[in-house]
Amino acid sequence: MSELTLFLIRVAYLAILWIFVLAALSVIRSDMFGARVTNASAGGQPAAPPARGKAAAAARAPRRGVPTHVAVTTGSNAGVTVPLSQAPIVIGRGSDAAIILDDDYASTRHARIAVSGDQWFVEDLGSTNGTYIGSVRINQPTAISLGTQVRIGKTILELRK
Amino acid sequence: MSGFTPASSMPVFVHRSRRGAELVLLILALAVGIGAYAAVGLGVKEEIPVDIVGYGTWLVALLVAAHIGVRLLAPYADPVLLPLVAMLNGFGLAVIHRLDLSRPAAEKADFAGQQLTWMTIGVALFLITLFVVPDHRMLQRFTYTAGLGAVVMLILPMLPIIGKEINGARIWINLGPVSFQPGEVAKVLLVICFAGYLAVHRDALALAGRRFAGIDLPRGRDLGPLLMMWAISLAILVLQRDLGSSLLFYGLFVVTLYVATERKGWIVVGGVLFAGGVFAAISLFSHVRVRVLTWLNPFDYYPEPLNGTSSEQLVQGLFGMAWGGMIGRGFGSGQPWRIPYANSDFIVPAIGEELGLTALLALLLCYGLIVERGLRTAIVARDDFGKLLAVGLATSVALQTFVVVGGVTGLIPLTGLTTPFLSYGGSSLVANWVIVALLLRVSDQSRRPLPTAPSDEDLAAEETQIVKLDKGALNK
Repeated sequence: MSELTLFLIRVAYLAILWIFVLAALSVIRSDMFGARVTNASAGGQPAAPPARGKAAAAARAPRRGVPTHVAVTTGSNAGVTVPLSQAPIVIGRGSDAAIILDDDYASTRHARIAVSGDQWFVEDLGSTNGTYIGSVRINQPTAISLGTQVRIGKTILELRK
Repeated sequence: MSGFTPASSMPVFVHRSRRGAELVLLILALAVGIGAYAAVGLGVKEEIPVDIVGYGTWLVALLVAAHIGVRLLAPYADPVLLPLVAMLNGFGLAVIHRLDLSRPAAEKADFAGQQLTWMTIGVALFLITLFVVPDHRMLQRFTYTAGLGAVVMLILPMLPIIGKEINGARIWINLGPVSFQPGEVAKVLLVICFAGYLAVHRDALALAGRRFAGIDLPRGRDLGPLLMMWAISLAILVLQRDLGSSLLFYGLFVVTLYVATERKGWIVVGGVLFAGGVFAAISLFSHVRVRVLTWLNPFDYYPEPLNGTSSEQLVQGLFGMAWGGMIGRGFGSGQPWRIPYANSDFIVPAIGEELGLTALLALLLCYGLIVERGLRTAIVARDDFGKLLAVGLATSVALQTFVVVGGVTGLIPLTGLTTPFLSYGGSSLVANWVIVALLLRVSDQSRRPLPTAPSDEDLAAEETQIVKLDKGALNK
């Protein structure tokens, strides 16, 4: 095989190598700048048209409010409340938890309630029996609002005004 | 009561799944891998090898399986990691095959075939890891188990029957026909252990403690387990004379600690301890002293060994890279077999000789991108453990690449480590595939869109009933 052919093979191969690297770079670039940015309302669903959104907000206005504390509504610790100013609030059976649950189905550090912007989130801290909103076991920090029932073992908590 | 509408001004960055982009990149990666195999055949034997169809099919099957696995098990994972790793692995296979071909007939060996088998095991473990670990946070439960596992793995090679010494380092165990380096598995376990421990104790480490001479010292009970972990692994490694891994573990320890506590002091303390350790090692151990001397003056020990010390490997590697120059000699036109162990520790100079600086830069860029994607994953991750895990895994790839490439290019003293994914070495390859699986797992968790909270209307409907019942109960 001639010198020239070998040279061309080598150059062609180096070109393929660099095409791969540049393609990877362009994917990274589009990944950084091409992602959708949506509003957090209703947890990432597309925002409603402005007019309808305003009307809906007005209709809900009397029920709106800012949560100030988290309360245990059901379970052996029912009645316990903790102000949200202590956030992040750890819930569990451990003595270092902000809300200490006397619940055999709760883990030592079971879940955490934290704030991001104006939105409150509940996050499961890798508990054994899980944290539920409604009948859904959460596996991500999940947005909660006033009155959302968060179930941990036999205990139910919610945010209150 | 109910219906707190969140502020609509909070932007949320929604990542796309990008599996299509991953597929396109994988096809390019396959072109690089199979193209290299064809180029090796053309360069060495002047024909496209006959077995390229079988080889190519196998590689395609492996990567398609990995891709489908990611689609099913981690649909939102980073799109670039898998193709980068696939490309490095495929490229490494071709270079190992090229070195196999250059061997004299008497010592014929099929290292490329063995490496392909290891790659198959690696991809299988990659898929198993993605399947068995549906949520990386479950690994946090095994913090101490992982730490214990790492120590056991490190001790295994020192046991009498299964332990085996190769080239002065007692880091191997015999598993029937194959030997395995459990230290590579220990690396992954240690990252899990550090991340799990620090995720829980990072606040205590950063904040609790006394101030002494202007330095905040953490409490002994917070730091104790960590120091013990680290001392045990280092002691074992020093006893086994495995310098590369000691360096890797120490670096991992310092970086994870720094990231967890956000205290620059750890870098300073780590650096001072490292300098002290190096000084002590140079004066105490002759094998360390030899490495430093051959690094400082490699040409004193070549071509004739001086005082029984030879730097032939390092010098041949440097000659190879110098001869390769900008675009290399071309596959088949170099003499990479002159470098001892060219297919494992010294694969980088072998590539530099035949494909030149142009290819080496592309490969280093790929390692850089793998590390960047790992750190990026750590930034997006939503939980402490995920962040620390991703940082640890990315750091292990970064340090390993730095230690081995720095060593063969003469930047730092030579310590034996494999180049991730490129070098011949089953244990390292398998462990690195598991590392990539874990990185993809963390990145899938962190890029997945947040689950939608129950809508206001649903909640309102549900709660009014409950509230009414409560009120009724109170009124009674």
